[in-house]
Amino acid sequence: MSLETIQTDPEGYLANRDDWSEELAQELAASMGVSLTEEHWKVLNTARAIDAESGSSPGLRKISKRSETPIKAIYKLFPEGPAKAIAKIAGIPKPKSCL
Amino acid sequence: MKTILILGAGTAGTAIAHKMRRRLSNDWDVAVVDPSTTHLYQPGLLFLPFGDETEERIVRERSSTLGKGITWHQAAVKAIDTERRRVDLVEGEPLSYDFLIIASGTEIRPDMIDGMLGDGWHKNVFDFYTLEGSKALQKALANFEGGRLVVNVVEMPIKCPVAPLEFAFLADAYLTKRGIRDKTELVYATPLDGAFTKPLASKTLGYLLENKGIQVETEFMTGEVDSEKNLIRSYDEREVPYDLLVTIPPHMGAGFLEDTDLADELAFVATDPHTLAAKNAERVFVIGDATDLPSSKAGSVAHFQADLMAENILRAIEGKELEPSFDGHSNCFVETGHGKAMLIDFNYETEPLPGQFPIPGLGPLPLLKEARRNHWAKRLFRLVYWHGLLPARPIPISPTMSMAGKQLSAAAE
Repeated sequence: MSLETIQTDPEGYLANRDDWSEELAQELAASMGVSLTEEHWKVLNTARAIDAESGSSPGLRKISKRSETPIKAIYKLFPEGPAKAIAKIAGIPKPKSCL
Repeated sequence: MKTILILGAGTAGTAIAHKMRRRLSNDWDVAVVDPSTTHLYQPGLLFLPFGDETEERIVRERSSTLGKGITWHQAAVKAIDTERRRVDLVEGEPLSYDFLIIASGTEIRPDMIDGMLGDGWHKNVFDFYTLEGSKALQKALANFEGGRLVVNVVEMPIKCPVAPLEFAFLADAYLTKRGIRDKTELVYATPLDGAFTKPLASKTLGYLLENKGIQVETEFMTGEVDSEKNLIRSYDEREVPYDLLVTIPPHMGAGFLEDTDLADELAFVATDPHTLAAKNAERVFVIGDATDLPSSKAGSVAHFQADLMAENILRAIEGKELEPSFDGHSNCFVETGHGKAMLIDFNYETEPLPGQFPIPGLGPLPLLKEARRNHWAKRLFRLVYWHGLLPARPIPISPTMSMAGKQLSAAAE
């Protein structure tokens, strides 16, 4: 699966989470102007792990605590808005409320 | 004598206590642990700031909500020892259990945000998720003569996720009634990408914000409250000035769950989404706001969970497999101001849909749509809460979500 062939919802989030791969994540990140480093991966893998275990896209504070990356630093890693960028690149749904 | 020990006597703990008392023989002690002597009807906190509710009507003596056959340990929990099946108290002898139900809820933590508890706290910075905060806000609103009123959700998850938006809608109506709406800028700042985040709601309910002139600041994660300059500052250095700040601070689970194997980084207990058993311990169940589940932290959810959990605990006592019966069902009224409200009904998989919600005896209520009868049903709900929900009497709404009356086609359009 590559950027050209994957399906996304109207907002750009992965339609099928099974389509996700590390290579795809790199492509997705590049399309958002982010080049993935080890620090990025620590944050992304944490978000994926929390989503898998709790069934909900985590908020930044939980990601920050588990990955031991200060929120400020997460904003530096994903300057265009980390909440959406992390969800898109990690292939998990966007954080939302009940309405 | 065997013991079911319930930590917390809020909506969830009280309901499951009554439920278990009714279902179990006298060989069982059904006991709750809660240090507070009163029970608070939390939905009332939304109306109190506008003078539409009184403390008297929303607070009752704890003893009157528990009743006969339920033991109440008026104590604070220090720690849970799941190996020895024992709960240590801050003061007093430890309590043993055969089954444990964690119903310790969630609380706001203004201390987690820089400056939130600074000079402005309860002067021009208020929460409305505590009785103290809500009462103080009532006074501040009464003295408010216009300016910038900012409602800020700091982060998710929070209790009653629609309450902040309802607050903004009710504030618009309140300020209009007082004749100072045109002197007030009403701002809703949220860490999410919109005031409405589900596809159908964002498509159909945007008019509410537009008609009421509520400005929305999206993807705003508050890092700091600056009480000197009267502004909130986000992690990406955006500033939102306020004259009156109504904040919904971060939420965490109970202190005794912090940094334990039972709970996550926010002290919410790792819970099986369908059986409601704790993931990391035997003989432990979790109900209401204390879970880490994606279901809403709301009273209706606690009620539905109590119905299904009671069955599962009886199965566990008999050594049977647990049923994966909970579907994330939630049912909430959403006040939109001027005597109207919406009703939403949804679960883990199904977003709030339009249609009609059938309630035997009361008639159908419109879903995802403003109506006067929804508002009156919400106000009537206080009585249902004290006399139906808390004592866990049967209520004519299924604990799992039903598609009856819902327009499925709306989601596809």
